[in-house]
Amino acid sequence: MERKIRILIAKPGLDGHDRGAKYIARALKDAGYEVIYTGIRQSPESIVRTALQEDVDFVGLSLLSGAHNELFPAVVDELQRQGAQDVVVFGGGVIPDSDIAYLRDKGVEAVFTPGTSISAVIDFIEANRERVVSR
Amino acid sequence: MTLADGVRQGQQRAIARAISLVENDLPGREELIDRLYPSTGKAVVLGLTGPPGAGKSTLLDRLLSEERKAGRKAAVIAVDPSSPFTGGALLGDRLRMQSHALDPGVYIRSMASRGHLGGIAGATADAVKIFDAAGYDRVIVETLGVGQTEIEIAQLSDLVLLVLVPGLGDEIQALKAGIMEIGDIYVINKSDKDESARLRAEVDYVLSLANPTPERPVPPVVMVSALFDRGIDDLIDSIAGRLQRYAETGEIDRRRRLRLRRELRQQLQSKINDHIERKVEIDRQMDQWVERLISHQETPYALINRQIEWIFKEMDRS
Repeated sequence: MERKIRILIAKPGLDGHDRGAKYIARALKDAGYEVIYTGIRQSPESIVRTALQEDVDFVGLSLLSGAHNELFPAVVDELQRQGAQDVVVFGGGVIPDSDIAYLRDKGVEAVFTPGTSISAVIDFIEANRERVVSR
Repeated sequence: MTLADGVRQGQQRAIARAISLVENDLPGREELIDRLYPSTGKAVVLGLTGPPGAGKSTLLDRLLSEERKAGRKAAVIAVDPSSPFTGGALLGDRLRMQSHALDPGVYIRSMASRGHLGGIAGATADAVKIFDAAGYDRVIVETLGVGQTEIEIAQLSDLVLLVLVPGLGDEIQALKAGIMEIGDIYVINKSDKDESARLRAEVDYVLSLANPTPERPVPPVVMVSALFDRGIDDLIDSIAGRLQRYAETGEIDRRRRLRLRRELRQQLQSKINDHIERKVEIDRQMDQWVERLISHQETPYALINRQIEWIFKEMDRS
């Protein structure tokens, strides 16, 4: 049997708009992944602890409040602090193009902005499959 | 340090990896479980089951708070269904339990059923052993939302809480067989709703038809509202009372023996199966057999009995 890819979809910070997060969680489930969804208003610490307990391969962060430049890197840093830098972090939401380079530099490996097709996200996951499966 | 050492020391990441290992049936699974087994047998295993939407996860959130107040470490295995079509799964039970996400005395792990029938996942029994060996006092297994026949939880737990809610219409009638028989405690959730009294009466009636024994007396029925945090104290008392009683009457030991027996039988059968499949390459033969049947050259039982004789001969030769 092929090893299942596990993905945590999480919403850090204070914005309560979870339609996008729920949509992506469902779409990834339909693509055959095991998706853990934790709901809104999660701290970077609780996201990372959840990621560790669930032994996920990816963490997908969704944020619409504008605090992505603080909260996304905070999750990456906390993963690193816990020795889990092998978990791949990606993000989505209302994120200006001008912030994407900064986020990538901070270890957010992909950023998906509104209008991205779900197949782009799946392509990203599949491109990293070998890497996460062999970790 | 080995993975087993990490688990025994309660290291979060080691536990996480160990569960993935058994879940994916990776090499090293058997060795890991054998190394951990001597450290198991201390945890109390609670099963939490009931139909979809009964409020199992919300109730579990409240139970976790009580376990922590009592100073016990608690692990949760929350099972959700895998899609039979894509193999994907949306694991959302922990959404209701995230208030415990940062508590070092609570560990929550979501599991997809991965095609396993019976309301839990194939690797759930091994995951219970892992938490047991890691020093969790309580391991609570939440099944996926069940119907009438998903009763495997009863074979895995020391005590089963069956959660029911009003508003499912005549469903309790349908639930009479199977799932209605496995509860050690009946929890009627959403007691704030008007119809809960009627449900209570129905449950009492169904239970009055059962044949209680000294080891397994009539199960208590507890009314709770997980959402409004009502009746949880009663439930905690019922759990403690039942566990004590089962310990005194030897019921817990009986269940654990039964569990081991079942696990051994399952392993034995699956290993024998694998061995035969490998030796005689049944998959390759199968095509020919199907052809003989579809063209009516042979009848099914004559064919299968002849093939079984042949398989045993093959096994003898090797």
